[in-house]
Amino acid sequence: MTITRTARYASRRSLLCFSGAAALAALACSKSTPEAAPTGSASATADAAKPGSALTVGFIYVGPKDDYGYNQAHAEGAKSLSALGVKIREEEKVPETVDVQKTMESMINLDGAKLLFPTSFGYFEPHILKMAEKYPDVVFLHCGGMYTEGKTPKNVGSYFGYIDEAQYVSGVVAGLTSKNNKLGFVAAKPIPQVLRNINAFTLGALSVNPKITTSVIFTGDWSLPVKEAEATNSLVDQGADVVTCHVDSPKVVIETAEKRGIYSTGYHANQATLAPKGYLTGAEWNWAAVYKDYVEKIKAGQPWQHLVRGGFKEGFVKMSPYGAAVSAEAKAKADAAKEALTTGKLVIFKGPLKDNAGKEIIAAGTERGQTDIELEKMSYLVAGVNGKL
Amino acid sequence: MTASAVPGAMGDPEAERAGAPALLLRAGAFLDGLVVPTGAVLVSILLFGAFVALAGVSPIEVFAQMYRGAFGTWFSTQNSLQRAAPLMLTGLCTALPARLGLTVIGGEGALYVGGVAAAAVASQLGGSGPYLVLTIMAITSMIFGGLWIGTAGLLRAKRGVNETISSLLLSYIGIAVSNHLIEGVLRDPQSLNKPSTLPIGEQNMLGPLPGLDVHYGLLYGIVACLACWLLMDHSVLGFAARIVGGNPRAARLSGLGVPRLLVTVCAIAGAMAGLAGMIEVAAVHGNANASLAAGYGYTGILVAFLARHSPLGIIPVALILGGISASGGLLQRMFTLPDATVSVLQGILFVVILASETYRGKVDWFSRLALGIKGAST
Repeated sequence: MTITRTARYASRRSLLCFSGAAALAALACSKSTPEAAPTGSASATADAAKPGSALTVGFIYVGPKDDYGYNQAHAEGAKSLSALGVKIREEEKVPETVDVQKTMESMINLDGAKLLFPTSFGYFEPHILKMAEKYPDVVFLHCGGMYTEGKTPKNVGSYFGYIDEAQYVSGVVAGLTSKNNKLGFVAAKPIPQVLRNINAFTLGALSVNPKITTSVIFTGDWSLPVKEAEATNSLVDQGADVVTCHVDSPKVVIETAEKRGIYSTGYHANQATLAPKGYLTGAEWNWAAVYKDYVEKIKAGQPWQHLVRGGFKEGFVKMSPYGAAVSAEAKAKADAAKEALTTGKLVIFKGPLKDNAGKEIIAAGTERGQTDIELEKMSYLVAGVNGKL
Repeated sequence: MTASAVPGAMGDPEAERAGAPALLLRAGAFLDGLVVPTGAVLVSILLFGAFVALAGVSPIEVFAQMYRGAFGTWFSTQNSLQRAAPLMLTGLCTALPARLGLTVIGGEGALYVGGVAAAAVASQLGGSGPYLVLTIMAITSMIFGGLWIGTAGLLRAKRGVNETISSLLLSYIGIAVSNHLIEGVLRDPQSLNKPSTLPIGEQNMLGPLPGLDVHYGLLYGIVACLACWLLMDHSVLGFAARIVGGNPRAARLSGLGVPRLLVTVCAIAGAMAGLAGMIEVAAVHGNANASLAAGYGYTGILVAFLARHSPLGIIPVALILGGISASGGLLQRMFTLPDATVSVLQGILFVVILASETYRGKVDWFSRLALGIKGAST
């Protein structure tokens, strides 16, 4: 209580470091459980969590929660929690501005939320960090894997999945389905996460079909439906007969591919209903596994991990069921790749690996496993990808 | 909203002939300016109530939660104030040129360009004191925002290009160029998955207002609205602008430098949006990134129209819209209504308030009260 009060009246330049230090100090003294008393912000309301009442969990989405994509994947995870007897509060289309800070505070102050899942990557800095310092009794779990030991407040956790494993398997299916040996990829921005998916998809396809090339088009932002449709059409015109994407909502890409009579593989969530003929499979998140684990631990007052990552093995990612157009051979090879990734026998990024300008990126004999920090800085397209950064 | 109605009524020759006391005139105009918009808001709320009732939710409960989310607790009030802050500045970006009869809708681009310019300049000023850095950031953002909308004004003045189209297209250009710079030369190499400029430094951040949980942007917004009110309603430039808005040809014939006025007012308008961008950088993000284009520029258009382009009227309108957006989240959470519900309310408000303009000065009771004579209508 005193922390937030004092911080509010502290001089404004010293505010950030002061409240940060205070929050950490408070945590050091009294290891607070998530179900501790209300935070002492000025307006604890009637329905703020009382001891013994159900845990209220807030979910915040950057786009519509029925977008067939990033946000829907998280909303499906949220839905799975209702079986655990917690109260769910959801808010969609919250921009990555002071708005999300206020939404978090509103959930804490007006809904009595003790656990928040602000799901967009861009919510982390500065928004979650600021709120976490202000409300040390509330737990903030963020999607993106951004936790830094010693720097990030202790009431913050971050999780992410190795979805490039699922993209690799999609690539295997795409590589064996393509007749023109040309794949298309509609991507939002040339950032490490996106590049990793493009490269994994291409390496998966190359592993079963060395003649494959992938053409990439960057649209420039996460949600630009018109450009996504144009990009898909352009890829089809260039001869691509399987497309996939990394944008917030794959809906437009998958629907356009279906309309043009080509195949597609999905991303984030299951888009099979959008393309009953051409949908092959897709790289999906399985947030339900992650969220259930977190909520069960927090409800029971057990310690939880600040940084959680996982792929097939941990159940963080999954594949959409195979579509009708997938051959028996493709199914067998894709299942084998999935199995090898699950057991860790198969490493996606290993030497010798060259980028598409011919420069060696990973020397022969070197394996970069999923936890390798170098992969987080990916800034290249592998050989086989047509495109420039 | 109310003050701007006064000068018009004061200058009414019929009223002066009738010898109506100035106080009564003011009271009548005040009531006219108060009752018509308030009535419009009430009608909108009733229509919205019918809408949510159709969605199977009790309107009474919705209104109660909306009040709780917008102004019902001290936290909620501050939440609304915080959300209103950027809307005041972007509202001015549309409201000022509207006095000249121009419809400028490119505030979003001016905000983004201003914010990126401010962040870029701050990263070069590392060691200087925060007051100097913030002042230079503010000036830079205003110059760049002003250049953006000023260009739309220049195109209008010199080539007769429609300013609505040009400001919107310039806005797209501004956002695209800024994105390119953020992902290119201005990119902080540390920002891996969220391309951003270098941080402006924690010591240079704008904090909350004393005793409040609302950042300094609110103060900037209110001061800017007051300054623009003085400029547009109580200065020679503002008077000239209103003449141009009334009849550009007459203004030119009476010797006013119309092209210069167009460019100047548009540049000031753009400077306001640019300043909004600087505040987003200095008070919220700490750097410039794609999140700056969050739609404040577009909501500003709505604010300006609802405020009838009165700089003073922008303050309460921004507060109402801030309150609506603050309570919108609660509606989603309590009643699992989609986010679009709030857009529906905003749309209803927009249409009803614009339509209510036709009732202004035509309600006989107000006219008579205002003029103190029988049967007169303005």
